Amino acid sequence: MEAASIPETPSAQPRRRFGDVLADNILWVLMLIALVIFFAKDPQQTLDDVKTGLSNGLIWALIALGYTLVYGIIELINFAHGEVFMIGSFVSVSIWQTLNITPDSAILPIIGSILIGLIVAMLASSTLNVMIERVAYKPLRTAPRLAPLITAIGMSFILQNVGLLWRPQPDSSPDLIGSQNDYFHVFGVAIEHSDVFAVIVTVPLLVGLLWFVGQTRYGKAMRATAQDPDAARLMGINVDRTISLTFLLGGLLAGAAGMIYALYNGTIQFNQGFTAGLIAFTAAVMGGIGNLKGAVVGGLIIGVIQSISDTHFGQVWTPAVVFAILILIMVFKPSGLFGEETREG
Amino acid sequence: MSTAAATLRTSATNARRMLPDWVWGAIFVALAILYPYIIQGLPISNPDDLLDASIYTLGLIIMALGLNIVVGFAGLLDLGYVAFYAIGAFVIGWLGSQQFPDVAGGKGIHILTPVKSAFGSDVPGIHVNFFFVIFIAAVFTALWGVILGAPTLRLRGDYLAIVTLAFGEIVPRIFENSTSGIFGIGSTDFSNGRQGITPIDKINFPWTDTTFRYPLELKPVYWVGLGMVLFVIFLNRRLRDSRLGRAWIAVREDEVAAAAMGVNLVRTKLWAYALGAALGGFAGVFLGTYTNTVNVDQFEFGFSVFILSMVIIGGMGNIWGVILGAVALSMINRYVLKELNSVPDTFGLDFDVTSISFGLYGFFMLVMMVLRPEGLLPSSRRKLELHGEVDESDHIGAESDHELYEVRQQG
Repeated sequence: MEAASIPETPSAQPRRRFGDVLADNILWVLMLIALVIFFAKDPQQTLDDVKTGLSNGLIWALIALGYTLVYGIIELINFAHGEVFMIGSFVSVSIWQTLNITPDSAILPIIGSILIGLIVAMLASSTLNVMIERVAYKPLRTAPRLAPLITAIGMSFILQNVGLLWRPQPDSSPDLIGSQNDYFHVFGVAIEHSDVFAVIVTVPLLVGLLWFVGQTRYGKAMRATAQDPDAARLMGINVDRTISLTFLLGGLLAGAAGMIYALYNGTIQFNQGFTAGLIAFTAAVMGGIGNLKGAVVGGLIIGVIQSISDTHFGQVWTPAVVFAILILIMVFKPSGLFGEETREG
Repeated sequence: MSTAAATLRTSATNARRMLPDWVWGAIFVALAILYPYIIQGLPISNPDDLLDASIYTLGLIIMALGLNIVVGFAGLLDLGYVAFYAIGAFVIGWLGSQQFPDVAGGKGIHILTPVKSAFGSDVPGIHVNFFFVIFIAAVFTALWGVILGAPTLRLRGDYLAIVTLAFGEIVPRIFENSTSGIFGIGSTDFSNGRQGITPIDKINFPWTDTTFRYPLELKPVYWVGLGMVLFVIFLNRRLRDSRLGRAWIAVREDEVAAAAMGVNLVRTKLWAYALGAALGGFAGVFLGTYTNTVNVDQFEFGFSVFILSMVIIGGMGNIWGVILGAVALSMINRYVLKELNSVPDTFGLDFDVTSISFGLYGFFMLVMMVLRPEGLLPSSRRKLELHGEVDESDHIGAESDHELYEVRQQG
């Protein structure tokens, strides 16, 4: 039983036909076969791709969690989530620019400013996400499901436009961590500063989130609301506040992801949120939307697929590859790779 | 509904009752035909700009009506409609430009189009008459509509939206990267990459070699566009009241109930995709030749949302509402924002209004959904769905029978 999943599945196992079992595993098998083939072709390159993919995937995992949390609780694809992530990037870079921090600054100011950037970006993104919920989704709680989806797209456009006015041109983030420098080597794979940085920031957040949703009273309230909002309300749970809390958590993670992305990639631009949002959403779907651990694993897998596709098909094809995988999963396995049942499926 | 609005509505209905419907129709069509002359009499600085925006709008009206079949009638949320625009536009790019210079030994293939250029030399490439290409493209995109639709039949709501969105993202990427064969297989350049295919053949009637001379002379192309729009409106009205149209509405309202009543879900949905897509291709050809370029940059997600917001703001499922939405949004985009640009200057502000156009759309969509989810001119049936019993009480009595009657007759 997934302790930290939203929504929790009923314990009764549905009877499984052979076709279902095959469909359950065929995507795994195909992906493994592809990985083995690529590894046989060029082991060193593939190891390198896997490393890049995993550390990049951590960023997608953070964003994907925001999608999966929100979808789990109110069954809405929060289209504006990618833009919340973008705003997180913008805020952190603005802070470094205002503090006038450069890679040449002393080590303590750099660490301090990264921490400040992280915290402020997280706060800004989570506040924004909660506000979006208040303005765009809450008035439509009882409306047909199309309505909040459309306001979500509207919100995403507004935020993209805000980003466009804020920074009309792609902007570079100060390279505070020396992201391209090698840290150490494992099996001949260069582990760069950016990879270590991504792990150091992301892993505690992921563990913290899983603990929060799985172990605390608030997390319990979230899971209860995800299962049945009306029953949760009867049990004395403040459903509105719980939903706001979910958006708050999603925003916190998106803000952190935005800060990491800025340092990791070095450039930020107003439309980064759209692509990142779609990729992260693919990750969330891959892991089974509503399933927190699934979203993390999905993010990592998508990261690896991207970096392998970059190498073998060229970067121009990578978005098409990711979206094609999204379609394949949606069509053949809408419940995700882990077979978690959702209310949709 | 407030009393004032109700009074207004009643008096509008009374005014409409004064003449039979076909007279009103004739008046509107006559006004639309005379429109290029009318705007020349208006006190505006540059009537050609307005006419240019209007011609573009005609193309978008067709697309909005096409998307309305999928979203409004059949209730299948499609976020990747731009893919069909792209496919249609590329069909005219392939069949009406010099993209394939080597066919027929460099002499080119010409079907009812001018064989020689103005200077008397051979025109290489494939050149098929515009009036054939629109139908070829419609069939081709309809096929793609079915290809997209078939695997998504089991999906509903959000999931369907996401799959169509992904499709809408993949198609332009394929075109963008097909500079050496589809998927890079082969050596034929299908798309010219980011530069796009340009120039595109101008429209000419099959019985003459004289091509239209837009952008210098806009009236003929306006009338062709208007003819296409009228044809599409006729098609949509007939479709809506047909057996298929009623099946769409039944599927939209309750899939299970519709299936139980004997509606073939697969066929009904696939027809919605195919016809919606066909209109996208139809309009794509027109816009391709009018803008004289087929370029991947035209086919962004934003465009899908642009068309979708026309449908939503106008009133999902209502043909006249969708047309109103398309005209309003497109004219705001192509004309009003451009004209508004001078406003900040007069206050001494250096501010480009067009730079916030997408934010404005987002804002419109948001406000519209929160305040009036049924759109400007809602179909009566849809309004009942959205507002349920709350609004129904307003209509019960003298109005309600009449409203239901209107769904079939005017809608």
